[in-house]
Amino acid sequence: MENQPLIEQQKVIRQPKTHFKWGKNIALYVMLIPGIVLTLIFSYLPMGGLVIAFQDYKPWLGMLKSNWVQWDHFAMMFLRDDSVQIIWNTLIISSAKLTAGLIIPIVFSLLLNEVRQLFFKKTVQTLVYLPHFLSWVILGGILTDLLSSSGLINSWVEKLNHGKPILFLADGDWFRIIVVISDIWKEFGFATIVFLAALAGVNPSLYEAAEVDGAGRWKQTLNITLPAIAPIIVVVGTLSLGNILNAGFDQIFNLYNPLVYSKGDIIDTFVYRTGIISGGFSFATAVGMFKSVIGFILIALAYWSSGKFANYRIF
Amino acid sequence: MYYKNPKYRIFYFINSIFLIFISLLCIFPLIHILAVSFSSGAAASANLVSLWPVHFTWDAYQKTLGDNHFLLSIWNSSVRVGLGVTLGMMVTLLTAYPLSKIGAREMKGRVWMTWYFVFPMLFSGGLIPFYILVQKLGLINSIWVLILPGLAGTWNIILLINFLRALPRELEEASLVDGAGHFRTLISIYVPLSMPAIATLSLFVAVGHWNSWFDGLIFLSDKAKWPLSTLLQTLIVMPDPTKLQNNMDPRILENFSQQTVKAAQIFIGSLPILAVYPFLQRYFVKGIVIGAVKE
Repeated sequence: MENQPLIEQQKVIRQPKTHFKWGKNIALYVMLIPGIVLTLIFSYLPMGGLVIAFQDYKPWLGMLKSNWVQWDHFAMMFLRDDSVQIIWNTLIISSAKLTAGLIIPIVFSLLLNEVRQLFFKKTVQTLVYLPHFLSWVILGGILTDLLSSSGLINSWVEKLNHGKPILFLADGDWFRIIVVISDIWKEFGFATIVFLAALAGVNPSLYEAAEVDGAGRWKQTLNITLPAIAPIIVVVGTLSLGNILNAGFDQIFNLYNPLVYSKGDIIDTFVYRTGIISGGFSFATAVGMFKSVIGFILIALAYWSSGKFANYRIF
Repeated sequence: MYYKNPKYRIFYFINSIFLIFISLLCIFPLIHILAVSFSSGAAASANLVSLWPVHFTWDAYQKTLGDNHFLLSIWNSSVRVGLGVTLGMMVTLLTAYPLSKIGAREMKGRVWMTWYFVFPMLFSGGLIPFYILVQKLGLINSIWVLILPGLAGTWNIILLINFLRALPRELEEASLVDGAGHFRTLISIYVPLSMPAIATLSLFVAVGHWNSWFDGLIFLSDKAKWPLSTLLQTLIVMPDPTKLQNNMDPRILENFSQQTVKAAQIFIGSLPILAVYPFLQRYFVKGIVIGAVKE
């Protein structure tokens, strides 16, 4: 698309001059009905259900008759030790994931971009994209098998660690490390796609000019490649900030156990356990709403600023 | 040229080795699990298996595929994928087509409509209100709870809108002038032209449905209705007491606890993904880049 001549692009954006008429166009609105209804029911109705965060919701009384408690659940959230802890856990785990999840794909795409044999490059891409498509159920099963105290990894560790296994999934600190590493392992390949596309778009004549001036490959990378992909790095980094409270429910849920709740429990898993397992609907909704609201503000800010500073739009 | 420089050649060599190492690291766990699934139980529990089967045997697969509950869940997953993809693509097309109209002449309020679909991507009611809603709608224990909520997926709609916009407007104008309505134009002109996009999105939706497990776990209390991913979740992931008390039959746990059987189940669960992966890969790079960096 970026290679199209300017005139072509203008043709696409051209606005027709005639005025809006119903007639045939009613069909367009009819088409939207299924999507509108489904979104209303499954996305907007639950937003209305957030009122129970301000109630002492009892399923047998319903939303209309349950007692109102104003901000009690939110106050409780900052007073209860466990809920304060899960907010910290979420922030620690997800900020480690976001940082490493930005830097590692950039470094990897720079390294992969050096490869000149197309077949080799394609093969590497095929292999590193694959884990993205496997679910955390599958990977959780594999990891718990590999990392258990009697698993394959520990059979190697024992040789180095005087016969003692490392409790990767039963020790809080190790659990966090494993969560971050396994998330990076699963997603770094897929995250390179957007950087590789940006690298392919760098103007080759810049490199040729640098070549003539006697710059080596390292200098070229520092002074041409990195500045060229800086805007996309900023966009990806900013947008990922919107996910700071998403520490990865699927992953944690499939890896954790009560031994690591103190360091590995996150907002989403906490909401699931206090809400659906223990029936504390209102408190769990309040914690979930806290996450949704903060997430919304961050995402809105991220889209706004990447639109303003890097000219990025999703539609 | 820089790549004739001897220092760069050393870098290039080390870099290639490094890239090969990382690539292998990405598939090592899968190969390991495949090797375990074909090994004897004794060899597996003694950690003798790394990347090649020890004492090759089909036992684990015979046990796994001899279990009716397991087979039933594969069938449930297939029904889920079939329904989810067919209905999902219909809703996505019907929603994306009107929203792809750029001219204010055809679609008044298009921007508002688009925001209506985008907003849920930014803000949601969260798990508990959704759970209560599903209860109120009487969808607990129905297969529709796995399908209906995801039919109008915003991300797919946006990708399809961007694809439809890139098609030449003249085709649509010609079709409308010739007397076809919008439905006819969509079905006879736009659907055939957007087959590549539809194929890509279908694969993504199918993978998404195959991998989904949480909705089955909380909304389906009847285990005979569970899709494979939900069953796998309870069988292979480290048993959590909170999950045990809820929906675990101790006998099932016992039958499936052997390492090789677990490995076989994991491999069968990931097999459909591995099978469609080559097709997926052909499209997704393009799709994602178009969606992410729109010109």
